[in-house]
Amino acid sequence: MKIQTETPLSIDFIKKLSIKDEVYLTGEIITIRDMASARAVEYKLKSKSIPAKLNEAVIYHCGPIVKKVNEEWKVVAAGPTTSTRMENLTPQLIKLFKIRMIIGKGGMGLATTEALKKHGGVYCAFTGGAGVAAAKMIKKIVKVEWLDLGIPEALWIFKVEDFGPLIVAIDSKGNNLYEEVKMKVNKKLKELKK
Amino acid sequence: MREKIEELLVELIRKAEINLPKDVFYALKKAYEKENSKLAKAQLKLMIENVKLAEELKIPICQDTGIINFFIKLGKEFKNSFNIKEIIFKAVRKATEEIPLRPSIVHPFTRINSNDNTGRFIPYIYLEQVEGDFMEVTVFPKGAGSENLSILKMFNPNDSLEDIKNFILEASAERIGKACPPGRIGIGIGGTADLAQLLSKKALLRPIGKRHEDFEIAKLENELINLINKLEVGPMGLGGKTSILDVGIEYASCHTASLPIGISFQCWVDRRASLKIYSNGKVEEE
Repeated sequence: MKIQTETPLSIDFIKKLSIKDEVYLTGEIITIRDMASARAVEYKLKSKSIPAKLNEAVIYHCGPIVKKVNEEWKVVAAGPTTSTRMENLTPQLIKLFKIRMIIGKGGMGLATTEALKKHGGVYCAFTGGAGVAAAKMIKKIVKVEWLDLGIPEALWIFKVEDFGPLIVAIDSKGNNLYEEVKMKVNKKLKELKK
Repeated sequence: MREKIEELLVELIRKAEINLPKDVFYALKKAYEKENSKLAKAQLKLMIENVKLAEELKIPICQDTGIINFFIKLGKEFKNSFNIKEIIFKAVRKATEEIPLRPSIVHPFTRINSNDNTGRFIPYIYLEQVEGDFMEVTVFPKGAGSENLSILKMFNPNDSLEDIKNFILEASAERIGKACPPGRIGIGIGGTADLAQLLSKKALLRPIGKRHEDFEIAKLENELINLINKLEVGPMGLGGKTSILDVGIEYASCHTASLPIGISFQCWVDRRASLKIYSNGKVEEE
């Protein structure tokens, strides 16, 4: 099913999404990777202030190419990065910030699937490598924070328009499209091995 | 000559990062036609659109502009008095700023970014001496998503070809989905641990569809292409008919007591660009 929606995402909306749904998102998304995930969790636990509205946010596993033109940052290319690298911290991130949507590539594991089910969130896949197409749908960089972590690892807050197709790959009911594919692939593997 | 080569290399990096090789592009288009699942088609459609957009806007295809590997064939008669490493490092720094590329190179312990895509031993240069009056440079940028899936196994010399095929199939089933498929896999057989892994990378430098010159190896490549696609990992690992576009194998002789097998995975943003520079200044691009 093709669905167009805007941020902030309500829990009711999230609960209606099912795996294989195709979402097009308008509004604000925040990039977060290995280092920023670790810092966000650390700061939250120490009640230190975090310079981005992570609560109930849409986060994007992405380290963009950006360019500074007349003191203003511009996105050049911004496709998703491999989500499993963030698997160890994501369940905590979901619990602490009630993350409503994670956008990434390659899927995530059981602990994240469980956390999304418990706290009401989904994981969406965006086509890996499609950095230029993604940049075209990012209309503006609202701001950047934690730039001391380096350009790929900083928090980039993007304003996006009809960002997609985002394929719902883990829904809030505990369904995981990657696990379904994996089961089929492993069945084929058994047949093919001699 | 020095400045000219530096400029040529900046342009070669630009070409590699922005223009997907035609053979890869056609293979993606063929895969799009072959798929019948909506989900798989949607992934391939965006990939193809992205390639066209990158070319039109002159922007790197993927934001992970990779570690930029250099494979150099240095002709015995090629006249030079320059430090090729120095020129390459300069070219990479310049390309990073001009194109721009994403600065992706960090110190392994402090994780501090050098901000110019260079560092200790990086970019790495694979230098080989050949006959001739030229220097051939191949730029091979490789993203970390696919590189992180690399695997090496030291087989027992008594292990059978079936054991090796099973290992390749298992590794493919487990890993391809995370390597931004459909790309390809390179397999290095024999040599030493490091050489097997290097050969697996060299196997990714051929145009798609080009088989190994040894008929038996070519047959094995074809067999593996069919087998791996039957796993139906599909574009972006979401299921479908196309799991890989190609398989390449390179081999080397090895110690009587060992049998290393190295596998490198490559994503669909399968970038490479080459040029040949002759002593008289003539330049040929692939």
